[in-house]
Amino acid sequence: MTTPPKPAPAAAGSRAGMKKELPERFKSYQHVWVFIEYEHGEVHPVGLELLGEGRKLADKLGVELAGVLVGAGREGLRQAAVEAWEHGADLVYVVDHPTLEHYRNDPYSQVLTELVNTYKPEVLLLGATVLGRDLAGSVATTVLTGLTADCTELAIDDDRCLAATRPTFGGSLLCTIFTLNTRPQMATIRPRVMAMPPRQPGRTGRLIEHKVALHEADIVTKVLRFVADRDSSKAQLAYADIVVAGGLGLRSPENLQHVRALASALGGDWGGSRPLVQKGWMPADRQIGQTGKTIRPKLYIAAGISGAIQHRVGVEGADLIIAINTDPHAPIFDFAHLGIVADAVELLPALTEAFRKRLSVNRLAG
Amino acid sequence: MHIVVCIKQVPDSAQIRVHPVTNTIMRQGVPTIINPYDLFALEEALRLRDKVGGEVTVLTMGPPMAEDALRKALGIGANRGVLLTDRFFAGSDTLATSFALAQAVRKIGETWGAPEVVFTGKQTIDGDTAQVGPGIARRLGLNQLTYVAAINAIDLEAGTIAVARRAEGGVQELSTKLPALITMLEGTNEIRRGTVPDVLRAARAKIEVWNAAAAGITEVGMCGLRGSPTVVKRVFAPTPRAAKAEQVEAKDRPYEAVAEDVMERIFAAQPAMEAELMRTAAGY
Ligand SMILES: Cc1cc2nc3c(=O)[nH]c(=O)nc-3n(C[C@H](O)[C@H](O)[C@H](O)COP(=O)(O)OP(=O)(O)OC[C@H]3O[C@@H](n4cnc5c(N)ncnc54)[C@H](O)[C@@H]3O)c2cc1C
Ligand SMILES: Nc1ncnc2c1ncn2[C@@H]1O[C@H](COP(=O)(O)O)[C@@H](O)[C@H]1O
Repeated sequence: MTTPPKPAPAAAGSRAGMKKELPERFKSYQHVWVFIEYEHGEVHPVGLELLGEGRKLADKLGVELAGVLVGAGREGLRQAAVEAWEHGADLVYVVDHPTLEHYRNDPYSQVLTELVNTYKPEVLLLGATVLGRDLAGSVATTVLTGLTADCTELAIDDDRCLAATRPTFGGSLLCTIFTLNTRPQMATIRPRVMAMPPRQPGRTGRLIEHKVALHEADIVTKVLRFVADRDSSKAQLAYADIVVAGGLGLRSPENLQHVRALASALGGDWGGSRPLVQKGWMPADRQIGQTGKTIRPKLYIAAGISGAIQHRVGVEGADLIIAINTDPHAPIFDFAHLGIVADAVELLPALTEAFRKRLSVNRLAG
Repeated sequence: MHIVVCIKQVPDSAQIRVHPVTNTIMRQGVPTIINPYDLFALEEALRLRDKVGGEVTVLTMGPPMAEDALRKALGIGANRGVLLTDRFFAGSDTLATSFALAQAVRKIGETWGAPEVVFTGKQTIDGDTAQVGPGIARRLGLNQLTYVAAINAIDLEAGTIAVARRAEGGVQELSTKLPALITMLEGTNEIRRGTVPDVLRAARAKIEVWNAAAAGITEVGMCGLRGSPTVVKRVFAPTPRAAKAEQVEAKDRPYEAVAEDVMERIFAAQPAMEAELMRTAAGY
């Protein structure tokens, strides 16, 4: 046990005044890392999105960008490494071991902790997915470093520190957080918050295979079964190019059919604001916003949604936001690109009809 | 069995207002509640106790007034409340919070018997990190089960537990050894109403109030501001978009005309979209 240090003055002032003085042992920490989720033979897109963001941070710092791939199966991991290079990674650390086939906290955090302690990155980014959050907390606690969850913006400040910005208090405010005296600086970022970088076919990099000594017998947690989601809409909503969503302005759950009809005419997906989940009008995985899904579609149509800040932060990345609302002063018109002051229950079917007609006419012509 | 549930008292965010000029959160007069996500953990703990017998201890770290949250939990049916409160804890980030809570769980174990299961909520509505649970698990060497949707089986003699948890792209069924830390997924159960005897007992119950020393924490440098590697540098409001939405006039026009208008503007803004839609439509 260490001797207790002198008591600190009670919550002395704010932490903002504290100096960023990096202890000697952390000065060798270099490079930006992205943990790339690889499961069931697939790379989770959030890993590639973070490579896009990580590339900018690494360039600003003048260091390398590395992807970290943990899993089982040589060929699949090799393919995933190619994907990582083509999305901007300079090098990829690969850990291939049969015990890593399905995600489990224990072996994964052992492996990632070992990689961090061996190769010493200064920044480590993970997706704020269920896997990423499960893993990040364990690793940060083991190596005793700072972790900023659910960031929406990352930057490098003048002192070469990671400035991680995240919504606070349900999204009404944003705050920028630093990790002062420890390394790596860890952050999780939700899927779709960062734009997918363009793929550069043929771009290659280095591959560092790291061997680990894991034994299945030592791992007490066993996977009994994995039941894949039958309703693949969970993934689709976040990644759909076109999303139509409804809010309380639709007045009744039956009117959600107009939202679904327009979405289907456009080949897109549909969702809604949080109160619709609370009222039982739609399942929770269709909720869009701070406590639901973040989306980044090319087209977002919001019908009868007021545009509260918690909703706004989930849709701001959309290229084109169309709002239909009866109230000309609704906050959604502050961030929508195109607004229509109209009854959504009437306008939605008219829109569906207009698109259907246009598309069928064109199809006949073509 | 002994079960510990970590609950946090949080401001009722539905009622939080931000000061329009200073951009600070106006907490005065904002009522506090038990973090809504923690109620799923509490209910699951009570169900487990009802099934196999034992005791549920609720633990919170916060200011003295956080005692209210514990009393509420006792009124719902928990057996004992422990409040961890000390000025050393002020300004804790997730690492420092999980350190202090882990120490308190250890002390609770020494005092009333080691817990087989420690529960936390999925996340808080104010901190909102979902990291404190994993932090506690790691520090105490508990097997970590996050986003648990259901406890499928528990065998105290064999010291095993089996759960279904939300994983990426599906539901993972896991078995592991006790002691374990569970973070409970929301919407998985419904919090019970306390019985009249519970509510009466809660009003009179003695809450255990521990400072750092009482919880056996000697390394106060691991707590509060000093034990927190992260620093909040700046708090600010999101910037409004410079221009308001361009409007499509809808008054006194038939919906068909408005819809045509909207569609044309969508295609004008997204020139590639029409062709893309055509391709998808042709595939029908
Ligand atoms: C911690 C926290 C987290 C939250 N997370 C989320 C989240 O993730 N996602 C989310 O969406 N919300 C979230 N919320 C809730 C959010 O604050 C708002 O309450 C919610 O988004 C409002 O939903 P709404 O716009 O559907 O309803 P309302 O605010 O009631 O708005 C309905 C709108 O419909 C308009 N309207 C009425 N009739 C019509 C009509 N016939 N045609 C067209 N328009 C009409 C009205 O003018 C009004 O603007 C969160 C809140 C908190 C406190
Ligand atoms: N101060 C606290 N006291 C007790 N439990 C807490 C505290 N902070 C967080 N927790 C627990 O940790 C969970 C995750 O919190 P967070 O990491 O802040 O999202 C919560 O749902 C609580 O169960």
